[in-house]
Amino acid sequence: MIRIQARTEPSSLMKVASPLIAITLTLLFGCILFSAIGKDPLQALHVLLIAPLSDSYNIGEMFVKMGPLLLCAVGLAICYRANMWNIGAEGQLLAGALGGSAMALYFIDSESVFALPITLLAGIISGMLWASIPTFLKLRFNSNLILTTIMFNYIALYLLIWAVHGPLRDPQGFGFPESALFSDATLLPTLFEFSRIHLGIVFAIVAGFIGWFILSKTHLGFQIRVLGADEPAANYAGFNSKKLSWFVMLFAGALAGLAGVSETTGPIGQLVPNVSPGYGYSAIIVAYLGRLHPIGAILAAVFMAILYMGGDLAQIEMGIPVAVVSMFQGVLLFFLLACDFFINNRLMLSNQATN
Amino acid sequence: MDADLITQILFAAIKTGTPLLFIALGEVICEKSGILNLGQEGMMLMGAVVGFLAAYTTGSMGLGVLAAMIMGSLMSLIFAVLVLQLGANQVATGLALTIFGTGLSAFVGSGVVGQTIQGFAPIEIPLLSEIPYLSEILFKHDILVYLSFAITIALYFVVNKTRVGLTLKAVGENPNAANAIGIKVLQVRYLAIMFGGAMAGISGAYMSLVYTPMWVENMTAGRGWIALALVVFASWRIGRIMLGAYLFGLASIMHLVLQGLGWSISPNLLAMLPYVATVIVMVIISADHFKEKLLAPRSLGKPFDPRNMA
Repeated sequence: MIRIQARTEPSSLMKVASPLIAITLTLLFGCILFSAIGKDPLQALHVLLIAPLSDSYNIGEMFVKMGPLLLCAVGLAICYRANMWNIGAEGQLLAGALGGSAMALYFIDSESVFALPITLLAGIISGMLWASIPTFLKLRFNSNLILTTIMFNYIALYLLIWAVHGPLRDPQGFGFPESALFSDATLLPTLFEFSRIHLGIVFAIVAGFIGWFILSKTHLGFQIRVLGADEPAANYAGFNSKKLSWFVMLFAGALAGLAGVSETTGPIGQLVPNVSPGYGYSAIIVAYLGRLHPIGAILAAVFMAILYMGGDLAQIEMGIPVAVVSMFQGVLLFFLLACDFFINNRLMLSNQATN
Repeated sequence: MDADLITQILFAAIKTGTPLLFIALGEVICEKSGILNLGQEGMMLMGAVVGFLAAYTTGSMGLGVLAAMIMGSLMSLIFAVLVLQLGANQVATGLALTIFGTGLSAFVGSGVVGQTIQGFAPIEIPLLSEIPYLSEILFKHDILVYLSFAITIALYFVVNKTRVGLTLKAVGENPNAANAIGIKVLQVRYLAIMFGGAMAGISGAYMSLVYTPMWVENMTAGRGWIALALVVFASWRIGRIMLGAYLFGLASIMHLVLQGLGWSISPNLLAMLPYVATVIVMVIISADHFKEKLLAPRSLGKPFDPRNMA
């Protein structure tokens, strides 16, 4: 008989192994699923995981997708560490795209070297503003942060759609719901000749290290971790939990806003209705897969970006609906949560355990 | 506005509020057992797509609804096993369920996007449908609306007047005490979660079989999340959930009302109304922190492990 026994202390091996086991199980699930719908599972896995890294252009695209995922995930990881359940990265990203685009369109005829930094700043501030409303409502009126941030995702989406149909629409755009193409002065420079990789990926990786530094090396990070692990203890120690909550939310909003403006001034080059294929939601999974650790998020974002690329390729090459990506994301989080059970528990043979 | 327009608007508010009513009733039962399932949107989407597929292939609307309910409970079972058996965080597991359901529903429904079916026909209830005005609002709906009336009344009775309701509330308020007097806490929670899944399934089926009636990716447009807010708005009371669902229904069709008044506002801005209304309502309700704490099931969202009780 096998039985479950609580570990005396959490297994640090399982903390690291659990995401790897979860990824393996998800891939296994994918193989079974593809067999079930009559596709060759090995070909599907090849398209999903190997093909995205097969040539320099695809690798570049992988980094293009990794940027916004990582920026959002670093902010979310720090929010979740402080027990602030911010599900609003998607809305904050869209707000950043919208605010940044409004500024980029203001600079449409400009050649100033300040145009790009000001545009990026506008995106960051828009993201922070969008994060600040649910934060204020939570801290002042005690409203549920999960639900308000979700609602603000929808509100941001409709605001963006309204803007591209109305005030920000390209007057010469034949009525398409798109803004004019931004001027070169407000476009993020690309890093290499062969791909669309742009400065956004640098922002993202820097953000990951800043997040790690704050969380692990500063007193502020210490306070955030205590607040998340044991709120009464944080209050007893005299930490200002409101101030900490404001900090993590604004930090996450700034990064998500930067992700949004980096998309419009980077690979897209204008404001369009579908700025994000759900990066803000996927970033929740990235944050979890990275163990709510900014450096872990970098690794997790690589995996998630490959999955996104693979989803696109699977649709083109095998006719598999691109929705498999979010399905796999859900399955991955299920497996991860299930594997995490073994951080605090282990399986024992009961005749040994009874001694 | 004349009386006809007002009855039409109220009729539409009930129709629009019905999916919210179904899903919020399921969620309130789940929350009364102490479990917060954020997977509503995912379960609802799966109910919508599976209900549509079943009705589309068999031609039977009844089978469609049944399939949606079964699918909803199967989805909720994943959540139940992770949360109850493995002690996973309820918030994260619920989010995973929503992300999973969003993807899976788009995946299995990709073949029938844009196909239409003949939805449920309205049924006029004899005698009641002759009451002036009221009948136009209440008694000329399809059968699922009447089912939602019946379920609301039944749940009101079960929760407030029966031993089953008492057991449910005991588990949600104080699982340790409930366990001590011999109530099987996990069993009650399994049933409550799966009931919530089945209701989310019907709610989705209402969208794809009656409201549109067709399958479109992400067609529930956040209703699963609005339902969660609705439960808070209703202070976990069955009667108020019904009222709230219809008020939210009214908010979602405000554009019709405003058009009736001759206003012209961008439809994209009006589309924000239900979400803005949800935020405002939540702020008003939860501003009274003390009251909300008093009304919410006390163990809501907290894990319970019977092995710790030994």
